[in-house]
Amino acid sequence: MTDTAKRPVLSVENLTTSFKTAEGWRAVIRDINVEVNAGETVAIVGESGSGKSVTALSTMRLLPAGRARCEGRILLEGRDLLKASEAEMRSVRGGTIGMIFQEPMTSLNPVFTIGNQIAEALVLHRDLSWKAAEAEALRLMERVRIPAAKSRLNEYPHKFSGGMRQRVMIAMALACRPKLLIADEPTTALDVTVQAEILHLLRELQREENMGVLFITHDMGVVAEVADRTLVMFRGDMVETGPTPQIFAAPKAVYTRALLASIPRLGTMGDAAAPRRFPDVDPATGKASDGRVTSPVPGGVTPILKVEKLAVRFALPQGQIHAVEDVSFDLKPGETLALVGESGCGKSTTGRAIMRLVDPSAGSITVDGQDVAKASSGALRAMRRTSQMIFQDPFASLNPRITIGSAIAEPMLAHGLISRREAKERVAELLQQVGLSAAMADRHPHEFSGGQRQRISIARAIALQPKLIVADEAVSALDVSVKAQVSNLLLDLQEQHRLAYLFISHDMAVVERMSHRVAVMFLGEIVEIGPRAAIFDNPQHAYTRRLISAVPIPDPARRGQLNPPLNEEIKSPLRPHGYVPPKRTYREVSPGHFVQEAAA
Amino acid sequence: MARIVRALLKRLGGMAIVLALVVTVVFVIVRVTPGDPAAVMLGSDATPEDIAELRTKMGLDAPLIAQYGQFVLGIVQGDLGQSIFLDQPVTSALAARAEPTFFLTLFSILIAVAIALPVGILSAVKRGTLFDQVVVTLTMVAASVPSFWLGLMLIQVFAVGQGWFPASGYGGPDTSFLERLHHLVLPAVALGIVNSALITRFTRAAMLDVLGDDYVRTARAKGASERRVILKHALKNALIPIITVIGLSIAMLVAGAVVTETVFGLPGVGNLVVSAVLRRDYPVIQGTLLVVAAIYVLINFIVDMLYILVDPRVRL
Repeated sequence: MTDTAKRPVLSVENLTTSFKTAEGWRAVIRDINVEVNAGETVAIVGESGSGKSVTALSTMRLLPAGRARCEGRILLEGRDLLKASEAEMRSVRGGTIGMIFQEPMTSLNPVFTIGNQIAEALVLHRDLSWKAAEAEALRLMERVRIPAAKSRLNEYPHKFSGGMRQRVMIAMALACRPKLLIADEPTTALDVTVQAEILHLLRELQREENMGVLFITHDMGVVAEVADRTLVMFRGDMVETGPTPQIFAAPKAVYTRALLASIPRLGTMGDAAAPRRFPDVDPATGKASDGRVTSPVPGGVTPILKVEKLAVRFALPQGQIHAVEDVSFDLKPGETLALVGESGCGKSTTGRAIMRLVDPSAGSITVDGQDVAKASSGALRAMRRTSQMIFQDPFASLNPRITIGSAIAEPMLAHGLISRREAKERVAELLQQVGLSAAMADRHPHEFSGGQRQRISIARAIALQPKLIVADEAVSALDVSVKAQVSNLLLDLQEQHRLAYLFISHDMAVVERMSHRVAVMFLGEIVEIGPRAAIFDNPQHAYTRRLISAVPIPDPARRGQLNPPLNEEIKSPLRPHGYVPPKRTYREVSPGHFVQEAAA
Repeated sequence: MARIVRALLKRLGGMAIVLALVVTVVFVIVRVTPGDPAAVMLGSDATPEDIAELRTKMGLDAPLIAQYGQFVLGIVQGDLGQSIFLDQPVTSALAARAEPTFFLTLFSILIAVAIALPVGILSAVKRGTLFDQVVVTLTMVAASVPSFWLGLMLIQVFAVGQGWFPASGYGGPDTSFLERLHHLVLPAVALGIVNSALITRFTRAAMLDVLGDDYVRTARAKGASERRVILKHALKNALIPIITVIGLSIAMLVAGAVVTETVFGLPGVGNLVVSAVLRRDYPVIQGTLLVVAAIYVLINFIVDMLYILVDPRVRL
C-alpha cells in the first residue's frame, strides 16, 4: 500500500458547527471526528436532531453562510475545505465530492429534463459541451440501470418513480467520478425492495470507483448492511465510533445500547401468539426489559369490520387505476390486522375507503353491522364515532393554529357528546392516557416533538371511544426509540379498550410486533393473508418472500443477504378502460392462512 | 409537443365560449339600461320624431332576437356599429385611438418588469438585509401611491420643471412616431413604477419559496455557481406566480387606461371611452367593452400557454 492510499479521502477533525439564533451562536454539533478512506463506507447514525445531516452539509459547506459557522478542520485529500474559497468549493461540490439526498421526489428540479440535470454536472466540472455531456449522461443512466434510458433522457422528473429518481440522483452525483460520496438518508423514503436495489447499486459503484462513502442514516439495519465503520451521534455529540461489527456486538455508550435495544427486528417474537410490546429501554443505563406479550384476542366474536370484494378504481384519461381490487377481510374487536405492501399497492386506499374518505367502486364494507359503502352522510357522521383514523405525518395532521386541547376536544364537541366544561376534564384525562401531561392542553402543535404529536393524534382518535382505528403508517415517521414507545402505547390502549386496529404499514419489523394477522397487498390485491406467525415464518407468495427478505437485518454478521435486486420498475395498477380483473382463487395453506394462486 | 397542441386547442375552445358570453352580456347590458337609449342619447330637447329616427338608425325597432342576430353577425364581420357622435364606424374610432394605449401599456409593463424582476430576485436572495427591508418598504409605498398622483408629480418635475418631456398630449397629426413616443415616457414611467411594486413583491415571495426547495440544494451540491442556482434552477420554478401577476398587471393597465389617459391628455382608447360615456355614445361603449374583454381573454390565454412552456407538469 502506498502512502497516498493510506491517507484518508476525508478527515473531519474537531468539527463544531453553530447556528445563529436570537440568543447568539449555538453549537448544533460539537467536536466531530471522522475519517473516510478510499473504498470504505462510514455510517453516521442517529435520530432526528442528532446533527448527522448538519455534519454532512458542513462538509460540503452547504449551510447558509451568514447563519451557520464551522470550526475545526475538514480535510479533503489533505486540503482544508474550511479554508477553501467559494470557487474552490464549487469544484469540490459535484466534482471531488458527490452528494445524494433523502428526498428523491423533491431533490430533482421539476422543470428541467433528467438528461439536462445529469449533463449539467458534467458541463460544470468536466468542461464538456452540452452535446457531449448529454451523451455521457445517457451512459450514466445506463450505468445506474435505468431501463430504456435513451427514451427517458428527455423526460421530466415527475414521470419517474421514487427509486428511479434516486438512481438519477446517483448518476448525477457520480457523473464526475468523485472520490467521496456523501449519501444523506438515500433510501429512507424508498420501499424496502427498492432500498435493497439502491444499496446494492451503491455498493457495486463504490467497488468499481473505489470511492469513500459517508452514509448518513437513522436505520441500524441499513448501517449493518453497508458500513465498515460507524459513528453514533446524539444531540450533536459523537457518542461512539468504531468498526460496525464492534458497535453492534459490544456497544460501549449507553445511548448506543439503548438505540440498539429499541430497533424493531424481524424474528423476535418467539412463540408469542399475540402482539408483543417493544422492550422498555432505560435511557440512563441502556438496559432493556423484555417486551411483554399482550393478551390474545378472545376467539369467536363477531367482527367489528367486514370488507367484502372491495374495489376502488380511479378513472384517468389514459385508463383506469385499479387501486384496490377484490379485497376481502374481517377484523375482530381487540385484534390487529396489518395491511402491508409497498407504495402504490392500495393499502392506504383500502384504509381510506373504510373511513369513506374515498368512495368504493364495488363491494361492501360493514363496520359494527352498518354498511359504510352505502351510508348516507348523516349515518356516516354517526359512524365516524365508531371508527377513527391516525395518519402518518404528525406534523401535517394537526392544525397549527389551534391548541391541542381544542383539537382533542373538537370531535367530542362536534358529536355533541359533552359540554365545553366537561371537555376540559376529558382532554386532561386523554392526555394522561397517551402519556402526556394535562397541563399541555393549552399549547400549540409546534411546541411538540414528532412523537408527542403522534400521541396527540392518538388522543384525538380515541376521544370518541371508537371500536375501530385505522392507523395509516402511524409510527413510520418516528425515530426508533419513539417508534417503540408509540407502538407500545397503541398496544396498551388496545388491551384497555379492546380496540380493533387496521394497521397499515410498510415496516415489516414493526408489523411483526404489532399484529395478530397480516394481509400482504400487491398491485391492489391481497396476495396473502393469515396469522402473523404463518406469514412471517412460512410465507407462500413470492412477493411476500421478497418483501420479508428485503428488510435489512441489524446484524453486520448477516450482511449481504438482502434479496438480489430485480431492477424493474414496480408494475403499475393502471389498466386500459374496460379492463376486467381476472378472477382470483385462494389456497388455504393452514387454518386462516390463504395465498393467492398464480393466474392460470 | 402533442401536449402543447392539445392544451392549445382546449384553451382556444374555452376562449370561444368566454367571448360568446361576453358578447351576450354586452348586448344585454345596453338593452337593460333604464330608459330608451335613443332618448337618453338625444337629451331632453329631442323631438319624438328625432328619437324615432335614431331608434330606426340604431335598429332598436326590431325584435330583440333579431337585434341580437344583427349584433352577432356584425361582430363576426368585424363591424361594431356606427358611432353616433363621431360619425365613423366604431372600429375606425378604436383603431385611431389604439396606438397610444398599446404603446403605453407595452412600455409600462416593460418598465415594471425591468424593475421588478431583478429587484425582487435580489431582495429574496438577500432576505433580511437592509436592501431587502428597503425594497419591502418601497414596494409598499409604491403600491399605495395612485398612478395619477405619481404622474402629476413627474409632470411637475420633468415636464414643467426641467422641460425634458411634454406635459401632456400626444402631439398633433403631423408629429413623427418618435416624437409621439416621447410623449409617452412620463406616463409609462408612472404606471411602470406603480405596477412594479406588486410584481416585485410576487417575485420576491416566489423566489423565497423556491430557494428553500430541495432541488436548489441539489444544484448547489452539484457545484453550480450561486448565479446559476438562482437564475436557472430557482427562477424557472418561480416563474408561474410571476407570469400570473404580470398578466394581471397588463389587464389592469388596459382597464386603467381610462384614468391615465385623462390625466396625461392622451388620445387613447381610455379617452375614447370617457367621452363616449359622457356623450352616451352607446355603440362606442359597447364596442370598447367588447375589445377590452377580448384583450383580457387573450392575455389569459397567453399566460396559460406560458405556464405550459415553463412547467412540464402543468396540464390544462
